[in-house]
Amino acid sequence: MIIKSDTGIITNTDTPNLIDSQKVSMRKNPVKIAIASGKGGTGKTFISTNLFAILSQQNIPVSLVDCDAEEPNDHFFFIGDLIEEKVVTVRIPSINSESCRFCGKCHEYCNYNAIFYLPMHHQISVLEELCHSCGACLVACGHHAITEKEMNIGHIRTFFIKEGNSFIEARVNIGVYSPVNVIKAAIKEADNQNIILLDSPPGTSCPFIHTVATADYVVLVAEPTPFGMSDFKKSIEVLKKLNKPYGVIINKSTLGNRNLYEYIEQEQIELLMEIPYESEIAVSYSEGKIISDLHPKWHKRFEILYEQIKEKTCK
Amino acid sequence: MKVAITSTGNSLISKVDQRFGRCAYFVIYDTVTKAMEFIPNAGIHAEEGAGSAAVQLIASRKVEKIVSVEFGFKVKPLLDSLKIQMISIKGEHTVQEIIDMIEKS
Repeated sequence: MIIKSDTGIITNTDTPNLIDSQKVSMRKNPVKIAIASGKGGTGKTFISTNLFAILSQQNIPVSLVDCDAEEPNDHFFFIGDLIEEKVVTVRIPSINSESCRFCGKCHEYCNYNAIFYLPMHHQISVLEELCHSCGACLVACGHHAITEKEMNIGHIRTFFIKEGNSFIEARVNIGVYSPVNVIKAAIKEADNQNIILLDSPPGTSCPFIHTVATADYVVLVAEPTPFGMSDFKKSIEVLKKLNKPYGVIINKSTLGNRNLYEYIEQEQIELLMEIPYESEIAVSYSEGKIISDLHPKWHKRFEILYEQIKEKTCK
Repeated sequence: MKVAITSTGNSLISKVDQRFGRCAYFVIYDTVTKAMEFIPNAGIHAEEGAGSAAVQLIASRKVEKIVSVEFGFKVKPLLDSLKIQMISIKGEHTVQEIIDMIEKS
């Protein structure tokens, strides 16, 4: 079964899904909550996996999507059955050297320097790793010398955790320039009708933007260190431009200094939760355990966090 | 034979630019005629593919050797296919010093 999405992503699936049409007719819009940060290692996965765990326990239908396609690690925290695996492919051009007249128009149209063109050497080729699959070269070629072929760029794996709860992992192939198409396909794959949690990739560039752009609410996880502060400001700038509602969780709150607190007060950013720097949390996390499963105190705190988020996302 | 040198400026006392694809200027030196040409690198601000654009520029000038410090990994197969030799130098040198070295060898 081949599914073509409007983003030009082609996904192949080996297991035909017969109830797709039924799902579409029943579908209501789920609430998408992105857990994001500018800086890496602030605790996005920690928050995402704990939220997923407490919602699952309350029998609330929820899907977790690990959008950190370059280094997905949410799977360490859950045991589930792999129910579906899809290949994500993109279309890239292929130049037929027999039909090519070496006019250079495709090279001129390409915004990414992905067509290597040396007219006097009679040399023209596609640099696949630079190609963005925009299709401009196909439009440019007046000699029907360019066709498209599919290139495998990553996988999406769906795991069944329990009834109503699924976990979806986006994983891009090593060496692929951008994980964006794999992330988009993974988010689309989450067909939960209630809540979808998006564990976002770090940074504030395209992978982050394309993840939070689909969200109804963004939970930013920050740490009160100089690096944490700098990257937090950048992510706030992006979210303001995207016009997204957001709140902040300060993780490792007993480290660093007060600058982040002063900043969020000045900017009137809502503080959703504070998590101290405790070795117990770090140890359980490093063992792939969920702290809210281990301690009632943390279970309660994540429940309160969810209640706060729910208030913001009630439509 | 023509040799390209990546340069930070458009004079002989300019330092060799550390980067190949995103250098400020290419100096094309002809060892036979001793002619020299300074070409501003239009690819310096390219979002992506500065290396491939730079290879196309120097290959179109029939350059056989290129002197720089760092070459990106995508550039090597392109230069190999065109039989253009990469010469990676260490330390800080001016364009004049490189030309003197080429002449001596």
